[in-house]
Order: sequence, then structure tokens, then C-alpha cells
Amino acid sequence: MGMPISIHLRGSAPESRREAAVAGVFAELREVDAIFSTYREESDVRRLDRGEVTVEECDPQVREVLDLCARALDATGGYFDVRLPAADGSPHLDPSGLVKGWAAERAARRLSGLAGDDHYLNAGGDIALRCASTAAPPWRIGLEDPHRPGALLGVLPLASGGIATSGTAHRGAHIVDPTTGRTAVGLRAVTVTGPSLLWADVYATAAFARGRDGLEWLAGLDGYQALAVLDDGTVRMTDGMREAFQPIR
Amino acid sequence: MRRITFAIVSTIAAVVLLFSYRTSRGPADAVAVAPSPGGAQAGIVGGAPKPSASASGPPITSVPDQNGQPDQNGQPDQSGQPGSAEPVTVNGATAQTEQGPVQVQVVIDGGRIVDIAALQKPSGDQRHDEISAFSLPKLREQALAAQSAEIDGVSGATATSGGYRQSLQSALDAANFR
Repeated sequence: MGMPISIHLRGSAPESRREAAVAGVFAELREVDAIFSTYREESDVRRLDRGEVTVEECDPQVREVLDLCARALDATGGYFDVRLPAADGSPHLDPSGLVKGWAAERAARRLSGLAGDDHYLNAGGDIALRCASTAAPPWRIGLEDPHRPGALLGVLPLASGGIATSGTAHRGAHIVDPTTGRTAVGLRAVTVTGPSLLWADVYATAAFARGRDGLEWLAGLDGYQALAVLDDGTVRMTDGMREAFQPIR
Repeated sequence: MRRITFAIVSTIAAVVLLFSYRTSRGPADAVAVAPSPGGAQAGIVGGAPKPSASASGPPITSVPDQNGQPDQNGQPDQSGQPGSAEPVTVNGATAQTEQGPVQVQVVIDGGRIVDIAALQKPSGDQRHDEISAFSLPKLREQALAAQSAEIDGVSGATATSGGYRQSLQSALDAANFR
């Protein structure tokens, strides 16, 4: 995954239990990195992609992730696809887009076990969080403005679940529409929040790839709320997002 | 406020967001960052008293409660916490990016970030260098202006591509920034 993981804990859990839980989170994420990282030439995923091993010969988690990728492909009408053509035109397997949310959500469960603590785990902008009781103040998550580096659109207070953002800060989107093979245009960033970080991430990626009708598609999903920033700077939200989101300015 | 001069070496084009992380809502809090796989040691490297419990060995570096606890209102303890008199220099964890490792250093004085430096830069091509030379000073200015937002964390599209920002976020976590 190649990114630092930030964990915040808030509450009264004993220090020794916290250290054990956090150590467990990092150990789990390092293991995931060794299996799935596309920056490591000898990872299971890279070896699988080169045809050096079969899925059965890989770590069992590879099968689990590929099954989730198949479900994501189906749930998004083909817009979340981990097999995309590389520059040479041949298809390559890169499940990184699903692995990040999957791994972060799963590892964060170790923090849910810390009685007395609220937690938030941020893996490169993908966030899994939970407040241990309804008395705890929600975590305040800032959403960046993709058009203005260093600025925020606003704040989303959240008590539990996941939040993921897909998009680009630069002109020239990096997300390819799998149904056309061309880069998707129309949206600059999509943020999705809901009970599962894994699915928030899948839906944000798929909505971004869909372009402008991605928001309509998201509005039809059960239990997930979304905010989209269009290329022209306008911001659109699902109804549930509008109730919760606090714009800045 | 003491201003520290530094040289920004080039890094990948990325945005930087800085926030005041409130970590004291209860009697005890902790912030943990992943250790850096090489490069300068991540964590507080100057200007702050040693934590009461030293960082445990691999695999984590944790920042336990410092001398004295923050009070229930979340005010920083005055005896040597970041946010009191002494500037604190923090190294972020090293982030691996497509262009190579990126690591930043942040100086926090009086509870506010006063400087940012890149300790490690990827071996980028000239285009990346040109983008960085233009964007980094502007980003520093905007980032320093954004500190008043009371945010616990950030989600954004650039976080998925910016090694610089990810490392900066971890630097903030390590400083237990208020």
C-alpha cells in the first residue's frame, strides 16, 4: 500500500491494550502490503499477474479479495474493474483500489475491540472510524476542495462507518471508464460515506468513473451518502449528505 | 515566533493540508504512527521533553501521554507539551510513492506549524521538479492559513496520490498536535 497509516484513539482504554491493538493493526497491514502491493515485484498479486502462480497457490486472502472484486464489478455495473489494460494494451490485475479500503476496514476492527476508546484510522484518505458511545462527540472529518489545494469544502461529523474519496486534484483524470477504455470526465472528486469503508471506496471509485451521472447512481444506493465536486466547481450532494455536511464559508 | 530557514527540495506535485488535531477529549489519549522503513527516524526529533514511556521497539512508535495530563477541557498541559513554549520538530513517516520515498519535516511552534521541509525526495523527472518549485511555496502559505479549522482528519482525492501529504499527516499525528 505504500502509505503511512494514522490512528487516533480517544477515551479511557488502558495504554497496554492500546499498544497491543495498534501493533496488531500495523502488523496486519504490513502483511497485506507484502501480499498485495503492486510496488513489490515479488508480491502475490504481481506474481499472479505475471502468470508465475495460480490463485490457489497464493495466500488465501488473494482469493477473498478477488471474490470481493467480482462482487464490486457486479454491484457497480462494470464501473469498478480491477482488470484494466496497461499502456501496452494487455490486461493487468491491480486490485489496489479495493485492497486499501478492505484492509483498513478489517484492521480497524482491532480498534473496535478497545473498550472505552473511540477510534479513527486514516489510510491515505480512506477512513474507518467509530465512537464507542453515543455520548462521544463525532469525529470531524474535513473534505478537501479538489480545485483549491490547501482548502476545505467543509466538515463531515461522523460517529461510525467509513469515508472514502475518489478523484484527482489535477486536470486529466487518472480513472479510466472501463466501459469505454477512456478517461472519465465530468467529476473532479467523489466522497462516499456509509457503514463499510470497503464499499464506500468501491462506490466512490465507480461513481467517479461514471462521470456526471455517478451522483444519480449513488443516490439510488441503500445506506450510503455522497458528495461530488464537478469539473466546473459545483458541489452536489445526496439528501442524507446535505443534512450532515457543514460547508466552510 | 522563531522562523527557521530551510531549503525545500523537490517532491512530487501534491497538496498539503494542515490541521489542528484535537486529541484531548478525555482523560487519556494516544496517537500512533507507522515506523518509517528507512530515512530519518520518524517522530519528535527536537524541542520536546522525552515522553514518560519510551517508544516501544518494532513495530510501532507510540506517543504516550506526556508529563501531566491535559485537563478535561482539552487545554494542553503547560509543562512541555507541544503547544507550550518550545518549538517542536517532527519527522513524518516515510511514504513510498511511485516516484520513490518521500519524507517531510514539520516545525511546530506555539501550537502552530511554522515550517515544512522535505527530508527525502523521490528521484523525479524534471517536470515534477518544475511543478514542485511553483506549487510548494503557495501550498505552504495556504496550509499555514488553514490551521484554525478544528478538524480531526481529512479525506480527499489527493491523499490517495500525494506521498508528501500523507507524510505530513503522520508528522502531525506524531506531534500530538493541538
